[in-house]
Formats: sequence, C-alpha cells, structure tokens
Amino acid sequence: MAIAVAVILLAMGSVLFFFFSPWYLTPLASNWGAIDDTIQITLWVTGAVFLAVNLFLAHVIIRYRFSRRRRSQYDPENKSLELWLTGLTTLGIAGLLAPGLLVWGSFVSPPDDAHEVEVVGQQWHWSFRFPGEDGRFGSVHNRFMDEHNPFGMVDDPAGQDDILISTPHLVLPVDRPVKMVLRSKDVLHNVKVANFRAKMDMVPGQTSFFWFTPTEVGEYEIVCAQLCGIAHFAMRGRIEVVDQEDFDAWLTEQPSYAELAALAPGDPEEGEARYTSCAACHGPEGQGNQDLNAPKLAGLDAWYLERQLALFRSGARGTHEDDIYGIQMRPFATMLPDRQAIADVSAYIGTLPDRPVQASLDEGDPERGARRYRTCANCHGQQGQGIRATNGPRLAGLSDWYLERQLQNFRKGVRGRHREDAYGNQMIEMAQVLVDDQAVSDVVAYIMTLPLPRVEMAAVSSDGVEE
Amino acid sequence: MAEHGQHSVPHAQAGEFDNMELVHPKTFLGKYVWSQDAKVIAIQYGLTAIAIGLVALVLSVLMRLQLGFPNTFSLIDPSSYLQYVTMHGMIMVVYLLTALFLGAFGNYLIPLMCGARDMVFPYLNMLSYWFYLVAVLILVASFFVPGGATGAGWTLYPPQAISPGTPGIHGGILLMFASLAVFIAGFTMGGLNYVVTVLQARTRGMTLMRLPLTIWGIFMATVMALLAFPALLVAILMMLCDMLLGTSFFMPEMLNLGEPSTHEGGSPLLYQHLFWFFGHPEVYIVALPAFGIVSDILATHARKNIFGYRMMVWAIILIAVLSFVVWAHHMFVSGMNPYFGFLFATTTLIIAVPTAIKVYNWVLTLWRGNIRMTVPMLFAIGFIFTFVNGGLSGLFLGNVTVDVPLADTYFVVGHFHMVMAVAPVLVVFGAIYHWYPKITGRMLDDTLGKIHFWVTFLGTYAIFYPMHFMGFAGVPRRYYGYGETTFIPDSIQTLNAFMSVAAIIVALVQLVFFYNLVRSYFRGREAGPNPWQATTLEWQTEHTPPRHGNFGTELPVVYRWAYDYGVPGTKHDFIPQNMAPDEVERADRVDQDAPGRLPS
Amino acid sequence: MTVTLVFLAVMMALFGGWLFSHSINVRPWEAQVTGRSRLQMPAGVTASRVGLGVFLAVATSLFALTISAYLMRQEMGHDWRPLAVPGLLWWNSVCLVFGSVALQSAWKAARRDDAGRLRLGLLVGGGFTIAFILGQALAWWQLQARGIYLSANPANAFFFLLTALHVLHLLGGLFAWSRSLLRLQRGATPRNMLPSIELCALYWHFLLVVWGILFALLLTT
Repeated sequence: MAIAVAVILLAMGSVLFFFFSPWYLTPLASNWGAIDDTIQITLWVTGAVFLAVNLFLAHVIIRYRFSRRRRSQYDPENKSLELWLTGLTTLGIAGLLAPGLLVWGSFVSPPDDAHEVEVVGQQWHWSFRFPGEDGRFGSVHNRFMDEHNPFGMVDDPAGQDDILISTPHLVLPVDRPVKMVLRSKDVLHNVKVANFRAKMDMVPGQTSFFWFTPTEVGEYEIVCAQLCGIAHFAMRGRIEVVDQEDFDAWLTEQPSYAELAALAPGDPEEGEARYTSCAACHGPEGQGNQDLNAPKLAGLDAWYLERQLALFRSGARGTHEDDIYGIQMRPFATMLPDRQAIADVSAYIGTLPDRPVQASLDEGDPERGARRYRTCANCHGQQGQGIRATNGPRLAGLSDWYLERQLQNFRKGVRGRHREDAYGNQMIEMAQVLVDDQAVSDVVAYIMTLPLPRVEMAAVSSDGVEE
Repeated sequence: MAEHGQHSVPHAQAGEFDNMELVHPKTFLGKYVWSQDAKVIAIQYGLTAIAIGLVALVLSVLMRLQLGFPNTFSLIDPSSYLQYVTMHGMIMVVYLLTALFLGAFGNYLIPLMCGARDMVFPYLNMLSYWFYLVAVLILVASFFVPGGATGAGWTLYPPQAISPGTPGIHGGILLMFASLAVFIAGFTMGGLNYVVTVLQARTRGMTLMRLPLTIWGIFMATVMALLAFPALLVAILMMLCDMLLGTSFFMPEMLNLGEPSTHEGGSPLLYQHLFWFFGHPEVYIVALPAFGIVSDILATHARKNIFGYRMMVWAIILIAVLSFVVWAHHMFVSGMNPYFGFLFATTTLIIAVPTAIKVYNWVLTLWRGNIRMTVPMLFAIGFIFTFVNGGLSGLFLGNVTVDVPLADTYFVVGHFHMVMAVAPVLVVFGAIYHWYPKITGRMLDDTLGKIHFWVTFLGTYAIFYPMHFMGFAGVPRRYYGYGETTFIPDSIQTLNAFMSVAAIIVALVQLVFFYNLVRSYFRGREAGPNPWQATTLEWQTEHTPPRHGNFGTELPVVYRWAYDYGVPGTKHDFIPQNMAPDEVERADRVDQDAPGRLPS
Repeated sequence: MTVTLVFLAVMMALFGGWLFSHSINVRPWEAQVTGRSRLQMPAGVTASRVGLGVFLAVATSLFALTISAYLMRQEMGHDWRPLAVPGLLWWNSVCLVFGSVALQSAWKAARRDDAGRLRLGLLVGGGFTIAFILGQALAWWQLQARGIYLSANPANAFFFLLTALHVLHLLGGLFAWSRSLLRLQRGATPRNMLPSIELCALYWHFLLVVWGILFALLLTT
C-alpha cells in the first residue's frame, strides 16, 4: 500500500510544490502576456489530468489490492469507455492547441510599425546594429568580416548610416514593438531574455527573427540559449529598456559605420609624448616594474590597451576598493583627454620592443597548468598569443606576478565586476574555473612557458598603424 | 545479405523454422562468446549496455557535482563539463537504452515469446553484437584521444560540432561518427533479425493479434529504428565530408574564432532536419518497448487481462507512424521557417492522443484486478506515475507557443529525463526483476529490490521534478555555471545542491541492485519454471533457464492471447497461451474440489 | 523531406493495411484451435526474402533521405551551380542494365538447375557491375580532371555522395556475389544456390532502380 500512499503524496505534493515554490516565471516585461496565458492554460489542464489519473491510480491500487479470496474481473474491452476517453482527450488537446496556434500566429507576424535591431552573435559575444536614419540595413556578409570590419559590412550606401554597437549592451525604447533580426558570425547561438519570453536561434548563413514590445522600463540580462562552445555559459549581454527620449539620446551618441571608418588611427608619435607620464612606473620601454607593481606593457595589443585605458578612464576599472594598484592607475588614465589620446598612446606602446620576462614565482606546476589552460586557450589562443575575435588579450610574455594578481582579482570579483566592463564580467565567470590558489599558480606557470609571439606581434601592430 | 540464415525447408507444410538447424558449439568460447544463441547474445548485449551505462551514470554524477557545488572540483572545467553532457546523452539514448531494449530484451524475448527456436539469422545476430561492442569500444576510446571526446551536445549540431571553441573537434568527433556508423551497421543486422523473426518464425497459432504487447513494442520500435537510423547515418556522413573533404553540406560561410573558414553556403538547419528525423523517432524507439513490457508486467502481476488490447496495438502503430512527422518540434526556435510551427505543433499534440490512451488502458488494466505488489509491479506503477508526469510536460513543449520561453531551459531537461530516461529505466529495472528468474532460474531478493525501487523512484523524482521550475524561471541548460545572473534567484543554487545530493544517492543505490544481481545468481531462491504464473510462452519452456533451441522437441502451439488471467468459468487464475481449450476443461475437472490455482 | 515522407507513407500504408486485414474482426481474447497451416505467411514468402525486403526498405530510406537532403540543400543554399553530368554515365547505366539482366538469367538458370548458364550469368552480371563501378570511378576522375571538385559546389558534393553511396551498396552486393561464385566453384548445385542467387538478382534490380532514380535526379536538376 505504500506505493498508493506515495502516489497520492507525490501527486498532491507536486501540485502544492507548484503553488508554494518560489520558482516561477520571471516577471513579464514584454507584450507576450499571451504566451504566459498559454502556459497557464496548459498548467491547469495538465495539472487536472495529472491529479485525476494519479489519484484514480492510487484508488485502484488500494481498492484492488491482492486478496486470496478474489479474482480479477475479466473485461477485455469496453468500446464506449474507450471512445469516451479518446473523445475527451482529443477535446482537451484541441483546447490546448487552439490558443497555442493563435498566439503563434501573432508571434510570427511582426507589426508593420516595429523598428528593427540586428543582433549579431559570435563566440562568445553579442553586438548590435541599428539601421540608422534611412531605416534600412546595409548588406552584410560573413565573408567580409575581419577585425576591422567586425560586422562584415559590404560596400553599400544603405550601410553608411547603420549604427554599430560592439559592446553587448543594447538600449531599447519602451512600448515600441521591435523586430530583432538575428544572425551569427560563427556557430549557432540563441538570444534569450527570460523576461521577454521570446527567443530564437541565430544561424550562420541566414537571418532569423522574433519580435516583442518591451513594456517595462528596466534592465534585462541576455543569455545564450543554444550551446555554442565552451564559454556558452559566459555569453551574456544586457538590454536596457528606457523611455523614448532617453533612447534617442543614447542612439545619437552611438557611432555609425561611416563615422567609425573615418576615425583617425592612433599616432605613435603623438603617443610618445603622452607616454612620458606612464614611463615613470611602467618603464621607458614599457618593460614594467615589479617593485612599483607596474605591469609590462610592451607587446600588448593596441585594441586591448585602448579598452583597458578607456575602462580606467571611465571608472569601470580601478574603482573597486580592494584593487589597490588599479586605484593607483586610475588618475593617470584620466589624464588622457579623449579617445584619440588613448589610441595614440596605445599605438606608441605598440612600437616598444617586446622582451622576455623573468619568472618570479615558483609555486606553480606547468604540467598541471597546461590542463587548466585548455579552457583559456579558446579565447586567448593555444600559444597565449591573444585572439582579437574573442576579445581575448595576449597572455604570453606577461609577468607572472601580474597574471597571478589579475587572475586572483577576477576570481574574487575585484576586477571585472563593473557593469560597463563586459569582458571583465565574462572573465569573472571564466576565472571561477580556477578553483583554488594552486590552480592559479599552475596556470600562470604554464603561461610562462609559452613562447613570445614576436612575429605576430609585429604584424598586428603594423596593421594597427595602417588603419 | 540474408543467406546466412542456415535453415532447411524439409516439409512444405511444416513451419519454415520448426526444425531450425542450430549451431551447437561445445567449447566455452563457442557457447558464451561466439554464441549464435539469441539468449546468450541478449545477455552479452545487456551486460555491455549496462557497463557503458555505468560510465554514463558516473558522468551524470560529475555533472551534478559541478552544478550542485560549482567550482569545487578542479577536475571539471568547461570543456570536460560539455564532454560529460554530450557523452552522457549519447550513451544513455543510443548505447544504453536502444541497445538494452532492442538488443537485450529483443533478443531474449522475441524468439521465446513468439515460440521460435532462435532468431532466423543467428550468424547475423552474433555479428550484430560484435559490431555493437566495437562501437562501444570506439566510443570509449574517444575519451582518450588528444582533445578528448566531443563536447558538441548529443545532437552534434554543426557548425559547432566541427569548429573551434568546442571540445573534441578532431579525434573526439571523428570517433563519435565512426562509433555511430558501426552501431548503425550492427543495429541494422540485429534489426533485420527481430523484424523477420516476428514476421516469419511465430509458432503455430501465434497470430498477430495474439502477440504479447512486449513483442509489439519491440517490433514497432525496431521497424522505426531501421527506417530512422539511416537519417543519422546520412547526416554524419555529410558532416564528415564537410569536416574532412571541405564540402559545404551544412557549413556556411563563417569565422572560426576570427579566422575565415573555407566553407560556403551550407545550411546548419538541414542537419537539424535530418538529425531530428532520426532523433524524434529515437525517443519512441526507447519508449515503445517500455510501453510493451510494462503492459505485460501490469497484466501478469495484477492477474488481469490487458484492457483494450486492440486499442493498445493500434496506439503503438499510430505512435510509430506519427513520430515520423513531428520531428521539427525540436526546432521551433531553431530559426527555420516559422510557419512550420503550425504544422508540427498540430501533429505533435495529435500524438498525445494515442499516448494518453495507453496510459488510460494501463490504469484500467489494474482496475478490477487483483494486484500483487511484487517488485516488478512497483516499478511498473512507478513508470506510470513518472510517465504521466513526463508526458504531460511534453504538452508544454510540443505546443509551439508554450515552447518558446521553455525551449533550451531546464524544463526541457526535466521533461525528457522524466519521459525517456527515468520512465524507461524504471521499466528496464521492472523487466529485469520480472525476467531474471527465467534467465537465471533464481529469484532476485525482494527486500533489496524494494530498497532499490523506493530510492530510485523517489530519488529520480526529486532530481527531475524541480527542474521544471528552474525551466519556468528561465534557467538555461548546458551551462557550466550560472555565476552572477540577474534573473536567476540565488535559491536556485540551493535547489541545485539538493538535486545533486539526490542524484548521488540514486547513483549509489544502483550498487544495491548490482549486488542483488550477483548475489541472487548464486544464492537466490530457486524460481521454478513459472514463478509469476504468467501466460506467455517464455514461462512454459521445458527448462529454466531455457536451453539453446528454447523449447523441447515440439514447438508450443498457441491457442489464445497472452492475457487470459481470471477467465470466467475456469478454475484457474491464469491459462497459458499454449493450453488448448479441451485441456483447460480437463484440468478444471481434475481440480474440481481442489482450491483454485491462485498464486500465493 | 517530402520524398522521404512519401516513401514512409507508402511503407506505413502497406504495413497498416496488411495488419488491418489481420486484425479486423479478430477478437483476440477468444481462444480457439487454429487447425490451419503452421505457416504464418504464404509459402512463397520465405524468411530470406522478407529479410531482403526489410533490408531494401532500410536502403530505400537511406537513399530517400539523401535525395531529400539534396533537394532541401538545393532550395536552402544560394550557391547551387548545377553540374554537367558526364556523358559516360549513360554507358555506365547500360552496363548496370546488362548486369541486372545477366543476374536475372542466372536466377532463371538456377531454377532450371542449369549450372553452366548459372555460372555464365553470374560471371557476366558481375563483370558488367565491375565495369559500372570502374566507369563511375572514371567519371569521378574525369570531373576532377575538368576541375570540378567535390568541395567547390554542393551540386558536385552531392553528385559524389550519391554515386558513392550507390557504389558502396553495389560493392556489398558484389561481396555476396563473390561468395555465391565461390560456392559454385566448390561444386554447390544450382538448386542449393537458388536462394542466394535469387537474393542477388533482386538486390541488383533494386540497385538498378535506385540508380535510375538518382540518374534522373542528376539529369533534371
């Protein structure tokens, strides 16, 4: 009889769990209340059937338990009962299906007044594009993508005013339907915001779409919902839903394709002058100074330096109270007046000679570190040479004490926690892979064994200048 | 192909296989290793499947350790986590459940229950097992190649399955392809046997409508597998070409971590169509034998005829047919033409009708029965409960709109584990407790069996039921860790830890089961020929365990269906299928004053 | 998928109809003595024939799915450049027809217990088949020489894939064929050989039909 009791308790318990569990749909923030309604209908219908079938089952188990004095009743078929059950089930199914199909009808037909935003997925990063004033997206093709043209823009007049947003932060106006046009640079991804309910895969080689109307002002997290490789879990982004005016203000600040193309490249000669204030700590050749806790700069890619300087300048890095040396760095970064100054000084650092560094730590075991490093290799490269496309900076040739400190900072959230530091956020997730201090030492010890990527280094910096 | 069937056709009127020439080897190797006896092959299949299944079980525990106690175990990094996910899924679905239901139960039960001496092509049957073993070994080998096993998810979606950023894109995925291809070849040999044996080698009187539902389930599952596996074969062949020969069947223009690829114009969705054309029927390939077996367990242990037998048969067939036209419900949010959603949501929900009928008929079989709470019966009831839960959550995912927020969340994980992992596995256990006495001649221990049942049943429910709620909360699946996510409440982590503890307990209690299997083999109670007092032919064999050739000098003749329990007007609680009507009368006269042959 | 679905629908309709004829008006719970033949199937339906039938269904499923993929890929991609089918394929097709005819005559000879003609039929049939396979290889080589590579275009890739799948099936058939030939050399009587010769012949006819469909597909698209 225990099983009958178990069936009753489990069936009732499951239903009660539903009512009392703290886990249910996230608060709705879009027009897709209808989707929630279909979930509700399904819950009620299936819940009722679940209870009915299982309680009847429990009843049967108790009522017809084994008895020596009784025999089972022989009834091979009961046509009318079977017909009734089939009929009722069919009705119930139809009752579930009809609303589902109705809502799907509106799900697949975006309203005419919807504005369009393109979402571009790549390993493991989101970027966005608005069509600009002409309301038309310029053509794109994966074939044209490279580090200077990450969106793969084709030479197309309609594309000149397209607004390109390379950070995974999107702003949308409230109460205006938006059609999300989805494409992917590499593998399958899926852009999902739980509060909006809608989602769709992004497939390389084609576009897909979904639409919704954000109805609540607020900030929502984008996650990837289609397995896309090892950093799938760290592929996050953010959608901010704001009033129309705030949206307009934000949008005008964002650069268009033409503006980005017209940006002057960093000028190493201008940068040299600015570098003098850096040289005090980082050394005249950017070789770093452990006594002053100033890391080596020579050999770092210009794009990485630009990003970090911008983060320091805006306060997205070097503001955490435990980040002692970051706090020291901040005032120097704020001395750089604008984007151009940052580009110049980064370009200058690119011309500095890259010399091997001496190992200063010896707790790590490079062999164990090699196994840990296979996670890192996906973004930072097998040789730690850095990969522009994954926004993973170079690691080979950096000082071990610096790497160790930064990894510890990431692990503890001292670095990378700021909401504007998208790649820092990602690195916090990834740094959790290093479960203890020993793991950090090991992986740093392994990175110290990687060769200095001299040749590639030269190629990247000269490219940067030519741009 | 088929000329391996070494049979003779001496008399025109005798059944083709009445006097099958069986290969009776004398040596140990010939008897137990290179055996052509379906029963030995069944046990080989079963033991291999369970062994590889244990690997998959360990992988699932490792996954649960990472999810429940993130960043505690340095062994598990994101690459290994994805490899565990992939290998766990693939092993459980293909190498454990498919092989166990069709290879093990199919081989053991089809000849016995149909009243045949053996499979019709015994040599091919043996080959089938050796192919399967090679496939398993290749699969295991893929853990040890540089880069490790593939981590693309069991669906092996391109482009990620063969592009950088995913673990195991060189040796791992190649060995996975090789292993699957060998598995499919081996399965085709076995499958030919199962189908032809059911069609051709049934004994006299065993009409189609007298077949036990177990056979119907296994038979239809085999038919489906034979037609569906080619889709997987074509898909992996084409992906192999993309990978090695530079073709672009599935691979579009894309970047490989920033480097342009040489591919052009391929369609990843084409792969998904092919994969799910196999993948959805695969769900029912696992489910249908479970449906069949559970029907027989219910009828036998409730001492009751199956309710609505014809409906049950047609429901199996309807499910089999419909399952070929629902595949794209796995692709509602894949970016395919959204209008397919209407069609596939409709076909998917239609399939719920025959499935519901089966559930009703199981419950109605128990209704007015005389239910003996044996261990197999416990597992069967556990199956009904779990299956009802999993089937109903399928109505969420099959209904296109409802699927949108739930797709790729833990709701999906909860659903498919309920419906095609826990439910069929409960049936597997029930079936082992049910047929073990026939296979070994000894009973499994009851107390250990009950411990095994209760912990497994309650434990798995504790793991998978809460997953649905994580799905409602939007927790995405195949995540190594959740880190700092704004919409996922912290309490989910507590829930995850709870589920992990439950998973470890469930995994550990399987040791009790294995202990029971081994101990009972040597020290279990003698079972006798028909301990459950069942009607089907395997319980009426001359010897227990049955010898090579299954039946004595004469094949049994079948007079009735498999569900004559509590037939009115007879003294007997059950009448075996091979008992002639006049024999029943005679037995009744003899037993006139004796107490009815009720089971104790 | 339409092609595959049509194939499956036909299969299922046949199977369903057959089953229906066995189950309509059958009341399974009624016990009775079945005094009729011990055979469940008509006498002509032997296990090996059914086995071959089932295998052919599997093979048909494989080809139907590949053809479905061909048609879908053609529709989905925008880079499909049709392939000029080499004229050599016409000659190859003729070879395959002759191969099929020869095996048919071998089957006939086996039924008549005519060892000489059986051997001749087998040898000629196998010879033509080998000629077909060599011809296909030559066609591949010609395409390569003309700069039509496998990886250049999906139409090319499918041409190679479809023909390779078909040739692989023929090679499997040739394996069975060589075993039969060996048995014949070792002195098996034609009558004993009948079941395997019959399967060979049927399998060849099947592959001829498949080739016809594939060839027509390649020519028309």
